[in-house]
Amino acid sequence: MQSSNQNIETSPAAIEHPIECEAPNDQVAEESLIISNLKYAVVGVLFGIVFVKAEIISWYRIQEMFRLHSFHMYGVIGTAVGVGMLSVWLIKKFKIKTRQGEAVVFHDRQFQWGNVIGGIMFGLGWAITGACPGPLFAQIGSGFLVVIVTLLSAIAGTWVYGLLRDRLPH
Amino acid sequence: MLEIIQKPWPWYVAGALIGLTVPALLLLGNKHFGISSSLRHICAICIPANIPFFKYDWKREIWNLFFVVGIALGGLVAAQWLSNPDPIQIAEKTVTDLQALHITTDNELMPASIFSFENLFNMKGLVFFVLGGFLVGFGTRYAGGCTSGHSIMGLSTLQWPSLVATCCFMAGGFAMVHLIFPWLMNVL
Repeated sequence: MQSSNQNIETSPAAIEHPIECEAPNDQVAEESLIISNLKYAVVGVLFGIVFVKAEIISWYRIQEMFRLHSFHMYGVIGTAVGVGMLSVWLIKKFKIKTRQGEAVVFHDRQFQWGNVIGGIMFGLGWAITGACPGPLFAQIGSGFLVVIVTLLSAIAGTWVYGLLRDRLPH
Repeated sequence: MLEIIQKPWPWYVAGALIGLTVPALLLLGNKHFGISSSLRHICAICIPANIPFFKYDWKREIWNLFFVVGIALGGLVAAQWLSNPDPIQIAEKTVTDLQALHITTDNELMPASIFSFENLFNMKGLVFFVLGGFLVGFGTRYAGGCTSGHSIMGLSTLQWPSLVATCCFMAGGFAMVHLIFPWLMNVL
Protein backbone atom coordinates (compact mmCIF):
# COMPACT_ATOMS: atom_id res chain seq x y z
CA MET A 1 0.00 0.00 0.00
CA GLN A 2 2.54 2.44 1.15
CA SER A 3 4.92 1.81 -1.71
CA SER A 4 2.18 2.28 -4.31
CA ASN A 5 1.51 5.70 -2.86
CA GLN A 6 5.12 6.63 -3.14
CA ASN A 7 5.24 5.52 -6.73
CA ILE A 8 2.81 8.16 -7.89
CA GLU A 9 4.87 10.28 -10.18
CA THR A 10 4.82 14.01 -10.03
CA SER A 11 3.55 15.93 -13.02
CA PRO A 12 5.98 15.53 -15.92
CA ALA A 13 5.92 19.29 -16.52
CA ALA A 14 7.61 19.97 -13.18
CA ILE A 15 11.31 19.92 -13.88
CA GLU A 16 13.88 20.76 -11.31
CA HIS A 17 16.17 23.48 -12.50
CA PRO A 18 19.24 25.00 -11.03
CA ILE A 19 17.99 27.89 -8.95
CA GLU A 20 17.42 30.99 -11.06
CA CYS A 21 18.70 29.45 -14.24
CA GLU A 22 17.77 32.02 -16.85
CA ALA A 23 18.31 29.71 -19.79
CA PRO A 24 16.63 26.53 -18.58
CA ASN A 25 16.01 23.36 -20.49
CA ASP A 26 12.25 22.83 -20.29
CA GLN A 27 12.06 19.80 -22.47
CA VAL A 28 10.39 16.82 -20.85
CA ALA A 29 11.56 14.24 -23.39
CA GLU A 30 14.93 12.67 -22.67
CA GLU A 31 17.83 13.67 -24.88
CA SER A 32 21.00 11.83 -25.68
CA LEU A 33 24.07 13.60 -24.37
CA ILE A 34 25.85 14.20 -27.67
CA ILE A 35 23.62 13.57 -30.68
CA SER A 36 20.54 15.53 -29.55
CA ASN A 37 22.66 18.42 -28.42
CA LEU A 38 24.52 18.80 -31.71
CA LYS A 39 21.64 20.80 -33.17
CA TYR A 40 22.25 23.52 -30.58
CA ALA A 41 25.87 23.64 -31.68
CA VAL A 42 24.65 24.20 -35.25
CA VAL A 43 22.44 27.10 -34.09
CA GLY A 44 25.51 28.37 -32.21
CA VAL A 45 27.66 28.26 -35.34
CA LEU A 46 25.13 30.33 -37.31
CA PHE A 47 24.82 32.71 -34.38
CA GLY A 48 28.61 33.06 -34.11
CA ILE A 49 28.87 33.87 -37.81
CA VAL A 50 26.28 36.63 -37.40
CA PHE A 51 28.23 38.03 -34.43
CA VAL A 52 31.40 38.36 -36.48
CA LYS A 53 29.77 39.48 -39.72
CA ALA A 54 27.77 42.24 -38.06
CA GLU A 55 30.91 43.20 -36.10
CA ILE A 56 29.03 42.87 -32.82
CA ILE A 57 32.15 41.27 -31.36
CA SER A 58 34.15 44.39 -32.13
CA TRP A 59 35.40 46.36 -29.15
CA TYR A 60 35.02 49.51 -31.30
CA ARG A 61 31.32 48.89 -31.93
CA ILE A 62 30.70 48.77 -28.18
CA GLN A 63 32.64 52.02 -27.74
CA GLU A 64 30.56 53.63 -30.50
CA MET A 65 27.39 52.46 -28.81
CA PHE A 66 28.26 53.90 -25.40
CA ARG A 67 29.48 57.13 -27.01
CA LEU A 68 26.22 57.39 -29.01
CA HIS A 69 28.23 57.79 -32.20
CA SER A 70 26.58 55.02 -34.15
CA PHE A 71 23.14 53.51 -34.46
CA HIS A 72 24.46 50.06 -35.41
CA MET A 73 24.32 48.25 -32.05
CA TYR A 74 21.01 49.88 -31.11
CA GLY A 75 19.61 48.73 -34.45
CA VAL A 76 20.86 45.17 -33.91
CA ILE A 77 19.49 44.83 -30.38
CA GLY A 78 16.24 46.64 -31.24
CA THR A 79 15.56 44.44 -34.26
CA ALA A 80 16.45 41.31 -32.30
CA VAL A 81 14.00 42.24 -29.54
CA GLY A 82 11.31 43.05 -32.10
CA VAL A 83 11.71 39.75 -33.94
CA GLY A 84 11.93 37.88 -30.63
CA MET A 85 8.73 39.49 -29.33
CA LEU A 86 6.85 38.75 -32.52
CA SER A 87 8.02 35.12 -32.47
CA VAL A 88 7.01 34.63 -28.84
CA TRP A 89 3.64 36.24 -29.56
CA LEU A 90 3.09 33.91 -32.54
CA ILE A 91 4.11 30.86 -30.50
CA LYS A 92 1.64 31.82 -27.76
CA LYS A 93 -1.16 32.86 -30.13
CA PHE A 94 -1.07 29.72 -32.30
CA LYS A 95 0.10 27.44 -29.48
CA ILE A 96 2.96 26.24 -31.63
CA LYS A 97 4.49 23.08 -30.19
CA THR A 98 8.16 22.14 -29.98
CA ARG A 99 9.63 19.58 -32.37
CA GLN A 100 8.88 16.92 -29.76
CA GLY A 101 5.25 18.03 -29.60
CA GLU A 102 5.56 19.67 -26.19
CA ALA A 103 4.00 22.99 -25.23
CA VAL A 104 6.54 25.80 -25.11
CA VAL A 105 7.22 26.83 -21.50
CA PHE A 106 7.69 30.46 -20.49
CA HIS A 107 8.86 31.78 -17.16
CA ASP A 108 8.09 34.98 -15.31
CA ARG A 109 11.05 36.83 -13.90
CA GLN A 110 11.03 37.99 -10.30
CA PHE A 111 12.57 41.36 -9.64
CA GLN A 112 15.53 41.29 -7.31
CA TRP A 113 18.12 43.94 -6.49
CA GLY A 114 20.73 41.85 -8.24
CA ASN A 115 19.09 42.98 -11.51
CA VAL A 116 20.28 46.47 -10.62
CA ILE A 117 23.60 45.93 -8.83
CA GLY A 118 24.72 43.02 -10.98
CA GLY A 119 23.40 44.79 -14.06
CA ILE A 120 25.57 47.84 -13.42
CA MET A 121 28.60 45.63 -12.72
CA PHE A 122 28.08 43.78 -15.98
CA GLY A 123 27.66 47.10 -17.83
CA LEU A 124 31.01 48.31 -16.49
CA GLY A 125 32.66 45.08 -17.60
CA TRP A 126 30.91 45.12 -20.97
CA ALA A 127 32.40 48.53 -21.79
CA ILE A 128 35.91 47.42 -20.75
CA THR A 129 36.02 44.07 -22.53
CA GLY A 130 33.83 45.12 -25.43
CA ALA A 131 31.98 41.86 -25.06
CA CYS A 132 29.04 40.25 -23.38
CA PRO A 133 29.38 36.51 -22.74
CA GLY A 134 28.27 35.48 -26.26
CA PRO A 135 30.77 37.62 -28.16
CA LEU A 136 33.53 36.45 -25.78
CA PHE A 137 33.24 32.99 -27.32
CA ALA A 138 33.06 34.41 -30.85
CA GLN A 139 36.11 36.64 -30.24
CA ILE A 140 38.14 33.62 -29.18
CA GLY A 141 36.93 31.62 -32.18
CA SER A 142 37.80 34.38 -34.60
CA GLY A 143 41.39 34.35 -33.42
CA PHE A 144 41.72 36.81 -30.53
CA LEU A 145 43.15 34.14 -28.31
CA VAL A 146 44.08 36.49 -25.48
CA VAL A 147 40.33 36.76 -24.78
CA ILE A 148 40.62 33.25 -23.32
CA VAL A 149 42.02 35.04 -20.27
CA THR A 150 38.91 37.26 -20.16
CA LEU A 151 36.70 34.19 -20.39
CA LEU A 152 38.57 32.43 -17.57
CA SER A 153 38.21 35.56 -15.48
CA ALA A 154 34.47 35.66 -16.25
CA ILE A 155 34.17 32.04 -15.12
CA ALA A 156 36.03 33.00 -11.95
CA GLY A 157 33.60 35.91 -11.46
CA THR A 158 30.63 33.57 -11.76
CA TRP A 159 32.25 31.19 -9.30
CA VAL A 160 32.92 33.93 -6.75
CA TYR A 161 29.29 35.04 -7.11
CA GLY A 162 28.20 31.48 -6.32
CA LEU A 163 30.47 31.48 -3.29
CA LEU A 164 29.23 34.82 -1.91
CA ARG A 165 25.63 34.46 -3.03
CA ASP A 166 24.07 34.12 0.42
CA ARG A 167 25.86 37.18 1.71
CA LEU A 168 24.85 39.50 -1.16
CA PRO A 169 21.70 41.64 -1.15
CA HIS A 170 19.13 40.30 -3.60
CA MET B 1 27.09 36.07 -53.49
CA LEU B 2 30.28 35.55 -51.48
CA GLU B 3 31.00 39.24 -51.93
CA ILE B 4 27.74 40.18 -50.23
CA ILE B 5 28.47 37.78 -47.37
CA GLN B 6 32.00 39.12 -46.95
CA LYS B 7 30.85 42.71 -46.51
CA PRO B 8 29.78 43.67 -42.98
CA TRP B 9 26.14 42.73 -42.50
CA PRO B 10 23.68 45.56 -41.86
CA TRP B 11 22.04 45.85 -38.45
CA TYR B 12 18.59 44.77 -39.58
CA VAL B 13 19.90 41.50 -41.03
CA ALA B 14 21.96 40.71 -37.94
CA GLY B 15 19.20 41.81 -35.57
CA ALA B 16 16.58 39.68 -37.31
CA LEU B 17 18.82 36.61 -37.30
CA ILE B 18 19.65 37.06 -33.61
CA GLY B 19 15.97 37.53 -32.84
CA LEU B 20 15.17 34.29 -34.67
CA THR B 21 17.44 32.43 -32.27
CA VAL B 22 14.67 32.82 -29.65
CA PRO B 23 12.02 30.76 -31.50
CA ALA B 24 14.68 28.44 -32.95
CA LEU B 25 15.81 27.31 -29.48
CA LEU B 26 12.28 27.21 -28.10
CA LEU B 27 10.93 25.09 -30.93
CA LEU B 28 13.97 22.83 -31.28
CA GLY B 29 13.65 21.68 -27.70
CA ASN B 30 12.05 24.10 -25.24
CA LYS B 31 15.37 25.84 -24.59
CA HIS B 32 15.61 29.41 -23.41
CA PHE B 33 18.05 31.77 -25.04
CA GLY B 34 20.67 32.90 -22.53
CA ILE B 35 24.42 32.65 -22.82
CA SER B 36 25.81 33.65 -19.43
CA SER B 37 24.36 30.42 -17.97
CA SER B 38 27.15 28.60 -19.77
CA LEU B 39 29.66 30.16 -17.36
CA ARG B 40 27.71 28.74 -14.44
CA HIS B 41 27.57 25.29 -16.03
CA ILE B 42 31.34 25.36 -16.53
CA CYS B 43 31.72 26.15 -12.81
CA ALA B 44 29.30 23.33 -11.94
CA ILE B 45 31.27 20.85 -14.06
CA CYS B 46 34.83 21.89 -13.21
CA ILE B 47 34.89 23.49 -9.75
CA PRO B 48 31.59 22.97 -7.89
CA ALA B 49 33.51 22.98 -4.56
CA ASN B 50 30.37 21.95 -2.68
CA ILE B 51 28.80 25.37 -3.27
CA PRO B 52 25.00 24.92 -3.40
CA PHE B 53 24.75 27.31 -6.36
CA PHE B 54 26.78 24.86 -8.45
CA LYS B 55 25.15 21.66 -7.27
CA TYR B 56 22.57 20.71 -9.84
CA ASP B 57 22.18 18.28 -12.71
CA TRP B 58 24.36 20.09 -15.25
CA LYS B 59 23.99 17.26 -17.73
CA ARG B 60 20.42 18.44 -18.25
CA GLU B 61 21.62 21.91 -19.15
CA ILE B 62 24.59 20.88 -21.26
CA TRP B 63 22.89 21.99 -24.47
CA ASN B 64 24.01 25.49 -23.44
CA LEU B 65 27.67 24.47 -23.68
CA PHE B 66 27.12 22.93 -27.11
CA PHE B 67 25.60 26.26 -28.09
CA VAL B 68 28.58 28.36 -26.94
CA VAL B 69 31.12 25.97 -28.48
CA GLY B 70 29.10 26.46 -31.67
CA ILE B 71 29.43 30.23 -31.28
CA ALA B 72 33.22 29.92 -31.04
CA LEU B 73 33.26 27.67 -34.14
CA GLY B 74 31.03 30.18 -35.94
CA GLY B 75 33.57 32.87 -35.08
CA LEU B 76 36.28 30.69 -36.58
CA VAL B 77 34.30 30.03 -39.77
CA ALA B 78 33.45 33.70 -40.24
CA ALA B 79 37.02 34.86 -39.61
CA GLN B 80 38.59 32.20 -41.84
CA TRP B 81 36.30 32.14 -44.83
CA LEU B 82 33.82 34.99 -44.73
CA SER B 83 35.86 37.85 -43.40
CA ASN B 84 35.67 41.38 -44.70
CA PRO B 85 38.80 42.27 -46.74
CA ASP B 86 38.32 46.00 -46.05
CA PRO B 87 39.30 47.76 -42.83
CA ILE B 88 36.54 48.18 -40.25
CA GLN B 89 34.62 51.47 -40.55
CA ILE B 90 34.41 53.19 -37.19
CA ALA B 91 32.51 56.40 -36.52
CA GLU B 92 34.91 59.31 -36.88
CA LYS B 93 33.94 60.83 -33.56
CA THR B 94 34.78 57.56 -31.81
CA VAL B 95 38.15 57.42 -33.58
CA THR B 96 38.93 60.95 -32.36
CA ASP B 97 37.77 60.15 -28.83
CA LEU B 98 39.90 57.01 -28.71
CA GLN B 99 42.94 58.81 -30.07
CA ALA B 100 42.66 61.24 -27.19
CA LEU B 101 42.90 58.20 -24.92
CA HIS B 102 45.94 56.93 -26.88
CA ILE B 103 44.01 54.01 -28.33
CA THR B 104 44.83 53.75 -32.00
CA THR B 105 42.32 52.24 -34.37
CA ASP B 106 43.66 49.56 -36.63
CA ASN B 107 41.98 47.48 -39.29
CA GLU B 108 41.00 44.62 -37.03
CA LEU B 109 37.83 44.16 -35.01
CA MET B 110 39.76 44.64 -31.76
CA PRO B 111 42.47 47.20 -30.97
CA ALA B 112 45.81 45.39 -31.01
CA SER B 113 47.24 47.96 -28.59
CA ILE B 114 45.03 46.43 -25.90
CA PHE B 115 44.06 42.91 -26.87
CA SER B 116 47.46 41.30 -27.34
CA PHE B 117 49.45 38.81 -25.32
CA GLU B 118 52.09 41.46 -24.58
CA ASN B 119 49.61 43.09 -22.22
CA LEU B 120 48.87 39.88 -20.39
CA PHE B 121 51.10 40.62 -17.43
CA ASN B 122 50.87 44.40 -17.15
CA MET B 123 48.27 46.76 -15.73
CA LYS B 124 46.40 47.01 -19.03
CA GLY B 125 45.93 43.28 -19.07
CA LEU B 126 44.86 43.27 -15.45
CA VAL B 127 42.13 45.82 -16.17
CA PHE B 128 40.98 44.80 -19.66
CA PHE B 129 41.13 41.03 -19.28
CA VAL B 130 41.07 40.15 -15.61
CA LEU B 131 38.93 42.91 -14.08
CA GLY B 132 36.71 43.28 -17.16
CA GLY B 133 36.11 39.54 -17.41
CA PHE B 134 35.44 39.25 -13.69
CA LEU B 135 32.81 42.02 -13.83
CA VAL B 136 31.14 40.31 -16.79
CA GLY B 137 31.03 36.93 -15.05
CA PHE B 138 30.04 38.20 -11.60
CA GLY B 139 27.67 40.88 -12.87
CA THR B 140 25.72 38.70 -15.29
CA ARG B 141 25.15 35.99 -12.71
CA TYR B 142 24.18 38.51 -10.01
CA ALA B 143 21.81 40.17 -12.48
CA GLY B 144 20.42 36.79 -13.51
CA GLY B 145 21.35 37.11 -17.17
CA CYS B 146 23.18 39.05 -19.82
CA THR B 147 22.31 40.77 -23.06
CA SER B 148 20.84 37.54 -24.45
CA GLY B 149 18.99 36.28 -21.37
CA HIS B 150 17.62 39.63 -20.22
CA SER B 151 17.75 42.11 -23.10
CA ILE B 152 16.63 39.73 -25.84
CA MET B 153 14.84 36.75 -24.23
CA GLY B 154 13.56 38.72 -21.23
CA LEU B 155 12.25 41.66 -23.26
CA SER B 156 10.79 39.31 -25.89
CA THR B 157 8.67 37.73 -23.17
CA LEU B 158 7.78 41.16 -21.69
CA GLN B 159 9.50 40.72 -18.33
CA TRP B 160 9.86 44.05 -16.59
CA PRO B 161 12.78 42.95 -14.36
CA SER B 162 14.65 42.31 -17.61
CA LEU B 163 13.94 45.86 -18.71
CA VAL B 164 15.36 47.11 -15.40
CA ALA B 165 18.44 44.92 -15.88
CA THR B 166 18.91 46.12 -19.47
CA CYS B 167 18.77 49.77 -18.36
CA CYS B 168 21.37 48.98 -15.69
CA PHE B 169 23.65 47.29 -18.25
CA MET B 170 23.52 50.48 -20.30
CA ALA B 171 24.01 52.71 -17.25
CA GLY B 172 27.12 50.73 -16.27
CA GLY B 173 28.50 50.96 -19.80
CA PHE B 174 27.90 54.70 -20.06
CA ALA B 175 29.51 55.25 -16.66
CA MET B 176 32.57 53.25 -17.66
CA VAL B 177 33.07 54.96 -21.03
CA HIS B 178 32.33 58.54 -19.95
CA LEU B 179 33.35 58.72 -16.29
CA ILE B 180 35.90 56.01 -15.54
CA PHE B 181 37.64 55.48 -18.89
CA PRO B 182 39.22 58.96 -19.21
CA TRP B 183 40.73 58.57 -15.75
CA LEU B 184 41.63 54.92 -16.20
CA MET B 185 43.49 55.38 -19.50
CA ASN B 186 45.57 58.13 -17.91
CA VAL B 187 46.67 55.82 -15.13
CA LEU B 188 47.44 52.82 -17.36
